[in-house]
Amino acid sequence: MSHDHHHHDHDNELDPMAARVRALETILTRKGLIDPAAIDVIVDTYETKIGPRNGARVVARAWSDPGFADWLKRDATAAIASLGYTGRQGEHMQAVFNTDETHNLVVCTLCSCYPWSVLGLPPVWYKAPPYRSRAVIDPRGVLEEFGVTLPKDKKIRVWDSTAELRYLVVPQRPGGTDGWSAEKLADLVTRDSMIGTGLAREAA
Amino acid sequence: MNGPHDLGGQMGFGPVAPEKDEPYFHAEWEKRALGVTLTAGAMGAWNIDESRHARECLHPADYYASSYYEIWIKALETLLKRHDFVTANDLAAGDAVDPAATPKRVLKAENVPAVLAKGGPCDRPVEGVPLFALGQRVRTRNFHPTGHTRLPRYARGKQGVIDAVREGFVFPDSNAPGQGEDPQRVYTVVFTAGELWGEGADPSLEVSIDAWESYLEPA
Repeated sequence: MSHDHHHHDHDNELDPMAARVRALETILTRKGLIDPAAIDVIVDTYETKIGPRNGARVVARAWSDPGFADWLKRDATAAIASLGYTGRQGEHMQAVFNTDETHNLVVCTLCSCYPWSVLGLPPVWYKAPPYRSRAVIDPRGVLEEFGVTLPKDKKIRVWDSTAELRYLVVPQRPGGTDGWSAEKLADLVTRDSMIGTGLAREAA
Repeated sequence: MNGPHDLGGQMGFGPVAPEKDEPYFHAEWEKRALGVTLTAGAMGAWNIDESRHARECLHPADYYASSYYEIWIKALETLLKRHDFVTANDLAAGDAVDPAATPKRVLKAENVPAVLAKGGPCDRPVEGVPLFALGQRVRTRNFHPTGHTRLPRYARGKQGVIDAVREGFVFPDSNAPGQGEDPQRVYTVVFTAGELWGEGADPSLEVSIDAWESYLEPA
């Protein structure tokens, strides 16, 4: 969006959902039930502060520090908190590690559960019916749509987030990255590789 | 409930169509929708399970025709009306017309960082030893409650193996209708694709769910 309708008064320009949300915000604000400035802070937090860069730092640290990787396996919530990533939709974390034998994929078939504290807000496709319906029955077909073809004998483990545990996939470390710093490694870790719909980038 | 949200294994929705370099928001109103939903939730009148249930109670035709933020806003209106914060008059006028119930709290801007950083942990202490052990074969119950549940249809009445014994957690089936947290232990239960999908299932695939103890029986 090139400009912010919220601060203008041209209701006739708004599409129905924009008008509906603005009406709700107006009603709640005038009744003193919400603070619109709190909304600004929430939006800023998830636009600029909490995103997949958090998760990428967790993965890069696990790749470069076996002690941290072991901690992440045993108690992901605590290990991730040690890097400063805590809070809403990351209260109960589990890290699942891709191996030569097994590829992990995360879905929430019932709603949109997603590890916000390490990946930020989920993409639209993660919350939409095509992914939620097919990830548990045809994950190879789903992965093909992301440009990922796994060997036929590679096992796939799909984690359906039906409770309050939130899953972070730790992709396999790409070859040719020996001696790389954690910061450089983090650049190889994509959001999709931490959902399982992608792999880590190859070393350039 | 066997609602429109319970999507695992359904067909006909087409390709996933991931968007390259997708922005966090596709319109300004989506930002406000996120913020209104979170700040209204912070009043403390309903819990996360009640809000999930409000979303899955949308008519299926409405649910499937709506984007996720649209689903959030439609369910939020239901919750606000149910808890006497907003009336049909208010919504028709697009303005505050009727008086509102008093909220437990109002989330102020200066408190947002602390509230988001704290989140809403829903692990709870539970008494006694776990009914099921790592590696044990179990069967999920076959039930079709009209209220909220987190046991998806595709995984009901299926045999699986306990893959992890977790902590106790708030039980959504009782928490959503306001009947109390009734915490139970949660287990990760893994199924072969053959058990879930039968003929033609991918032999290399396993799927796990996280299941509350009362969803499970010894196999």
